[in-house]
This record gives sequence, C-alpha cells and structure tokens, in this order.
Amino acid sequence: MKIKSLISFLAIAIFAAIIPSFAADKVVKVGVLHSLSGTMAISETSLRDVLLFAFDEINKSGGVLGHKIEPIVVDGASNWPLFAEKAKELLEVHKVPVVFGCWTSVSRKSVLPVFEKNNGLLFYAVQYEGEELSPNIFYTAEAVNQQATPAVDYLLEMGRKKFYLLGSDYVYPQTTNLILLEYLLSKGIPIENIGGGLRKDSKGNVISAGKYVPFGHTDFQQIVAEIKQFAASGDACVINTINGDSNVPFFKEFAASGLTAEECPVVSLSLSEDEFRSLPTKDLVGHLGAWAYFMSLDTPENKKFKENFFEWLKTANVPGIERQNRVTCSPMVLSYSSVYLWKAAVEKAGSFEVDKVRAALESGEITFLGPNGLNTMLKNHHTKKNVYIGETKADGQFKILRQFEQVVPEPFLKGTFLKK
Amino acid sequence: MSDRLPKVEIFFLLILSAVLIFVIPILNSAVPTDHPFYISNYLVNLLGQYFCLAIVAVSLDFLWGYTGLLSLGQMLFFSLGGYAFGMHLMLMIGRLGQYKSDLPDFMVFLGYNKLPDFWVPFYSFWFAAAAALWVPGLLAFLFGWLAFRSRIRGVYFSILTQALTYAACLLFFRNELSMGGNNGFTDFKFILGKPINSPDTQRALYVASALSLILTYLLLRTLTLTKFGKVQRAIRDSENRVLFSGYAAANYKLFAFTLAAVISGLAGALYVPQVGIINPSQMEPSRSLEAVVWVAVGGRGTLYGPVIGAVGVNALRSWATISLPAYWPILLGSLFILVVLFAPRGIAGFLEFLAGKVLTASRPILPNTQIFTNSSLPKTSSPNPSGQESQKT
Repeated sequence: MKIKSLISFLAIAIFAAIIPSFAADKVVKVGVLHSLSGTMAISETSLRDVLLFAFDEINKSGGVLGHKIEPIVVDGASNWPLFAEKAKELLEVHKVPVVFGCWTSVSRKSVLPVFEKNNGLLFYAVQYEGEELSPNIFYTAEAVNQQATPAVDYLLEMGRKKFYLLGSDYVYPQTTNLILLEYLLSKGIPIENIGGGLRKDSKGNVISAGKYVPFGHTDFQQIVAEIKQFAASGDACVINTINGDSNVPFFKEFAASGLTAEECPVVSLSLSEDEFRSLPTKDLVGHLGAWAYFMSLDTPENKKFKENFFEWLKTANVPGIERQNRVTCSPMVLSYSSVYLWKAAVEKAGSFEVDKVRAALESGEITFLGPNGLNTMLKNHHTKKNVYIGETKADGQFKILRQFEQVVPEPFLKGTFLKK
Repeated sequence: MSDRLPKVEIFFLLILSAVLIFVIPILNSAVPTDHPFYISNYLVNLLGQYFCLAIVAVSLDFLWGYTGLLSLGQMLFFSLGGYAFGMHLMLMIGRLGQYKSDLPDFMVFLGYNKLPDFWVPFYSFWFAAAAALWVPGLLAFLFGWLAFRSRIRGVYFSILTQALTYAACLLFFRNELSMGGNNGFTDFKFILGKPINSPDTQRALYVASALSLILTYLLLRTLTLTKFGKVQRAIRDSENRVLFSGYAAANYKLFAFTLAAVISGLAGALYVPQVGIINPSQMEPSRSLEAVVWVAVGGRGTLYGPVIGAVGVNALRSWATISLPAYWPILLGSLFILVVLFAPRGIAGFLEFLAGKVLTASRPILPNTQIFTNSSLPKTSSPNPSGQESQKT
C-alpha cells in the first residue's frame, strides 16, 4: 500500500514536471529593476505593476518573436549599491537581453557601469536631468527640453516675467535650474528677475541657481515670505522641483501666506497623478504641471489603456499589489511605452541580441502610438513625443491647458541656449 | 601576560585562509566556466563585498561586544574611507568621462574650471589609500576625545554617534562640498592602471578583502587576549570599578574607537571599487543600524560571529531580493526576531552550544545576566551592558 501510493505520487510528480515543459513556448527573460521596499517604493512599485501589465498584454497577443516574456522582478530596495549588485546579477547570471528599471538618477548612475561592461540594455522611463548618453541606456521619458523649458514657454506666453526657482538639493533640480537660468536669459529675462539666488565660484561663474532645501524639509516660512516679496509685482511664477513629501508643507505655507495660483502660479515638475494618491491636493488646486502624459488625456489609446490596466489590476496575480484607488501617470505610461518600443525594435532586428536591437532603436524608425500619443525613438536614445501643460484639479487630476506637438529631445542642453 | 590563541582556532583559521585566498580565486580563474566547481566572477565580486561588510561588523563587535560601546554610526567611517579612495578613482577616470575633461563630470557640470585644492593630492594612490585610514581615524579620535573626556556613555554615546553620521550624510548631500552631492562617485574606470571591472582586477580586490578580513580578525582577536583586552572587558562590565582601580578608561575607549574607525575605513576603501559607487546614502543611520543587526545576529562578543552575521544576512538579502522580492523585508525581520528570541547569543552562541564549547576554552563569555537582555534590539533598548552602574554616576 505504502509503496503503491509512493509510486503513484512519483508518477504524478514526474508528469507534473514534464507537462509544463511540453506546453511552454519559448520564453525570453527580461529584468525589472525597481525599488519595491524603502523610500522609493511608493513611486517605483507602480512602474513594476505597469511593466507586468505590458508583459501580460504582449504574451496574450503572441509574445515577442514567438517568445513569451518571462519577467525577473528584483527589488533594488532604494539602496544604490544594491541596484548595482542586482543589475550585475540580471546581466551576468540570468543573462537578460533587456532590463526595465530605475527611478532616481543615482540608481541609474549606479547601474550604468554595469550595463556598459556587460553590454546590457536598460530602458529608463523617468524624467531626468540629461547630460548623459550611455550606449546601453535608452531614455524614454522627458528630457529637460520636454518638460521644464516647455513649462517656461507656457508661462512666458501667459505673460509671466519673473521666475523663482525652488528645488530639493540633488542633481535633477540643480541641473534643471542651471539650464533654465540659461534658457530664461536667452529669452531676454533679466537676471534680477530670476529668484532663489545664484551661487558663484571665485571666478564669478554661476555654479548653482535657485533655492534648495534638503530632502524631507518642512519649514518653508522664510522661503514663502521671500516668494511673496518676489511676487509682489503680480507677474511672477515659481518653478518647483521639490521632491516628495516636502511639497505638502510648501504648498500649505504658500496658501497660508495668501498667495494664489492666479497671482503666482507654481509649476511642479516632480508631482504627477501618482504622487497625489498620497499628498493632499487641496492647496495645489490651480497650480500647474508639465508632463508627456496626463491621465485625463482624451484619446482612444489612453482610454483603452486605462480600461485594460484597471481591469488587469483586479485579477493580477502579483503579491502585495495595490488594487484600489489606482491612477496612471507619465512615468508609468512611458514605462509601458518602453516595453512596446523594445518589442518593435526586437521584431525589426529579428533578434534579442543587444547590438542588433540597439541598431534598430537608433534607426529612427521605431515608433509606438501609446496612451501619451506618438513616441519615436531617435538616434540620441531619447524619444520624440508630445508635451502637455496641465492645471491641478481638486481630485488630483489635471485639466490640460496646452499641448506642444512632437518635441524633439535634446539631452545635452547646458551652454546651448546662450550660444545661439 | 597575554593568553595565546587556542590551537584549534589557529588550525581553523589557516584552513579558512587557504580556502578564501587560494582555492576560491583558483576555482574562479583556472577552472573552465562549464565545470561544476567553477565560481563565477559575479560570485567572487559578491563575496568580496560581503567580506568588506564583515570587516565593519568585526570592528563594531570589538567596540560593542568587548568594550560596551554601541556605535550606531560605524558606517560613517566606512563611507569616509570609501569617499577618500573614491576621490582617487574619480581622478583616474581621466578624460573618459561624459565630458572628456580632466575634471570629474560632476565638477564640469557645476562649472568648475579647476580642481579644488584638497582634491589634488588624491592623484596619488598611496595618499588616497592612507587617507582612507587616517581621515576616519582622525574623526573618530576627535569625536571620541570629546565624548569620552566628557564621560558620555551608554545610550547617550550611541545617540551621538547616530547624530554624527546623520550630520555627515546631510553634509555630503550638499553639492557645495564638491564631493558629488547626492550622486556621489561612480563610473570608475581604472585602479593602478588596470581596468577596474575586469575579472582579474575584481579577483585581486576580492583577495585583498579576504586577506584584510582575516588580518583584522587576527589583530583584534589577539588584542582581546592581551592585558588591553582585559581592561577593555572590565570597562564593558563595570566602568566605574575600572576608574577607581586607577585606569584611565577614557584612553582605552578612545583607542578602541579610533582603531575600529580605521579598520572600517579600510573596509570602505576596498568596498567602493568592488561595488562601483559611493554616495551619501551609505551614511544614513539605517545603514549603521544594519551593521549592528549583523553583529547581533552573528553573535556579539565573539568576533567571528559578526563575520557569519554580515555574510549571512547579506547573502540572504541578495537571494531574497530576487527570489522573494515582495516579501524579503518580512523574511529578514522575522529572522531577527527569531534570533533574538531563541538564540540570544546569535548564531555564534548557537554554534558554540552545539560544539560543546570546544572553542570557548579561553574565550570570555559574557556574564549571563547581561548577554542579550538589554541590547538585542539596538533601536529600542539601552545598549549599555553596565546600565545599572552608569545610572548611579
């Protein structure tokens, strides 16, 4: 009896092991490298979700080159050395032909040498400061001239003449503001109309423009008082690159001081719909945002994407996934577009090999009509796409005010505006 | 005066050294990649990183387990060593950076047209290597001198070390410091003229890390067997009695604290070229708390326990972040709780219990009453093993 049941158990076990190997198609393993724990998890988990959704969608419609996508999800844990370690593991141990991942610039900088050494392929889908062009990274999100300078253009159109620059003290705000300083000067804005302060080196070169606060800063009384004085003439605005939680006390203080969005609009470059899930929007109503995608975008592609994504969320078999109160935002949609751009390039190249896929991506013929409109991958590893300016509403959504058609990305901007 | 290392321990150390320093590199370099005994470059690199962290854990145990000084900022010294050596590596990039300039990229971007003066000596490898030791050492000496002279002890000392590393973290975040701000240093290319990411260089760095770990262990283990070690433990168990016996306890503590900082600096300098990045997040207090956890899990007051703890916890993390990405913090958290509840002397204590205390012949065991009752959870409890005593003063 015992032996019999053992044999039947073994038979079942062997069957169970064999059947899937018959049933399974060819698979291609791809890496997903985001922080699922730690301080960045709140933003990056949404990108993991949308990537898994994109893989499922592609697998349902036949996969890539007849291969099913099998994601290897790793947790970078908001720990930058761990990002490098995990990138190494994905490329050297699992030999994935492509990785989708990273949010912060420092995590990208941390994995960059790993991708270059192993000739890997990384799709990076978060707006960033530019000044970087790795042969192994494709940047599918907004370059500075696809977010910050269009926002300034819009404010100039609105008749704003004074610009106050405010941000968290790290590389993205510092770089963006230095570029904006040059851009504003090239547009004929006198330097005294640029607020926040300038820091110069011993030779008088400006090395930092704008006002900076540390991460997690909460006391904005003095800064808002300064802005109020700056905005007394009625034609000022604020370019805000503060990251995360610090925005709450800033906007609270801003509203408490009596400043309104009509008097002095604040355009925030790091606040999207996803952030509004955890931030109170009351004090932000009427202020502006600039992104390559808004959830409120009224196109058939976006409508379909939202419907399918929310439907997928209800049943997705992902541990710990949040199913309620979900939104879509620019980094999510650009991650989603990354997957389709990669798929198109693989199909054009007829291979998963990194060199061939890169050549296909650089050909300028890889496009994807996504929820945000048309994305075209250019030779400079960035995508041409639409840019939108929106006004924050009380429900955390944006009312789209202005659309810039198919803006050509330019990663190296510093020093280019003043020469012209 | 001093006790000698037990023969068993010497024998064991020799075997371990042979495996770590000779066998593993040979299995990595001389065995074909499809052989079952082949050790991949990835694994060698990972082990090298673990050993650097293990060095920090050993130095921390020397402070916490043997001197009763719970430093909650040990990763600060590690980071300073890493930064000092990283400065040299940044300069060795030469013109291969994004901007093809002699200056590091982040300086070009911030508009520097000349290297800040304090960067210039770091062109020298040996200056940078020495700075990785004396900069953390000097900071620890100054901080320790002020703290121990003022008889700052126990939980107050721990809080101050935590504040110190947090302050340094905020300082290094600032771009004005010309140390790369939030991004820190990365994308290194060469070390001593060799390409830094080549398997040969990484193997050499691994051997250096393994050797440093073994030498660190030997040095600190030998120290704990001398008269110094006896005074050290006396300070841990009852500092006032040591003072009344005429010993300048502050000097002993200062020496231990400075030595541990120098050793952590060395670990940082070895770690940075292997992991490829150093930035201020290494100075966040949570990183130093992690180091305390390695010591607690491995077994405080044993010196070898923390090595097991550091390598084990980090290996578990490496495995879990890819195999159980959504659950690994829960897994690690439960492990710590289990260890604290059921193996209060850590893995080492458990091993010694199993081994019938073969290795403990000459090893001082922590007095029973103080073993883990008040310091198993560093965040919430008093770290001072002589808690009662110091409250009277």
